[in-house]
Amino acid sequence: MSDLLLPPSLEGVEMVRSVRTPAHLDYSYTPGRAMSRFLTGLAEKKIRGQRCPSCGKVYVPPRGACPTDGVPTEEEVELPHTGTITTFCIVNVSFYGQGMEIPYVSALVLLDDSDIPLMHLVQEVPYDQVRTGMRVEAVWVSDDELKPTLESIKWFRPNGEPDRDASTMRGNA
Amino acid sequence: MVIEYPFSRTTGPVIGAFLTGLREGVVVGIKGSDGRVLMPPTEYDPVTSESLNEMVEVGQTGQVTTWSWTEGRRYQPLDGRPFAWALIKLDGADTAMLHAVDVASPDQMSIGMRVRIRWRAEREGHIRDIECFEPEVGAS
Ligand SMILES: [Zn+2]
Repeated sequence: MSDLLLPPSLEGVEMVRSVRTPAHLDYSYTPGRAMSRFLTGLAEKKIRGQRCPSCGKVYVPPRGACPTDGVPTEEEVELPHTGTITTFCIVNVSFYGQGMEIPYVSALVLLDDSDIPLMHLVQEVPYDQVRTGMRVEAVWVSDDELKPTLESIKWFRPNGEPDRDASTMRGNA
Repeated sequence: MVIEYPFSRTTGPVIGAFLTGLREGVVVGIKGSDGRVLMPPTEYDPVTSESLNEMVEVGQTGQVTTWSWTEGRRYQPLDGRPFAWALIKLDGADTAMLHAVDVASPDQMSIGMRVRIRWRAEREGHIRDIECFEPEVGAS
């Protein structure tokens, strides 16, 4: 196709080679009762989970039911703001809308007294020192910036406690 | 909430030339093996499947071959106002293209009506360089 014949009006002009085709999804999210409690809690600097009456596991964010037992999780548990990294990823690839300087660490943090980890950023530590078992604490936005979103927690940072033995977290990662 | 994927895609030479035309304020189609002018242009002949390469300029006025009314939505042509989606056969072309026609109500739409391009002032090589079509002034 290198021998494309162009009309005079297009001779010598720079040709278009690519075109923007953004896919844009604009939608409303209905959190439901359990997630509403979790999200409104974040606006008050609280992390709320729910305990299963059957197996006793504490889920955060709570979804309103235990996926194993299929029963409602009505008991609310306020969780500490400390936890342990169960696994993590060093992000070296930049992407649209990222808003973070690379490399940075995205980790699963098992909050103390809970049984399922939460995904969040880990900052205030060189990325190559992040490890499984590292003890961390939530860093919140300033009080006037608190909102019903997980972004009310800016990130987690090491809290200086000795590492937790990873084998004690088996089944929770 | 909003999720946005900022895709770009490469156009290939023929669609690239078509979009280049839009940026320059002209419309180009491509000549098929049977002499018909295909607009929008295709890379391959719809009859023989041969590669095509003769791009030709067509007119900026044409005729509605069929249409459908829509109430309009955000991100569509005319930014949420009601309009008609129409197939429009430009003068000098033998196939029709889909675009918007800006009229106030469906009463003002008809098959065979004459329309002309309303260009955007700022063009970048995109189908939306044509803001929409509008009834041709002076046409019946
Ligand atoms: Zn359970």
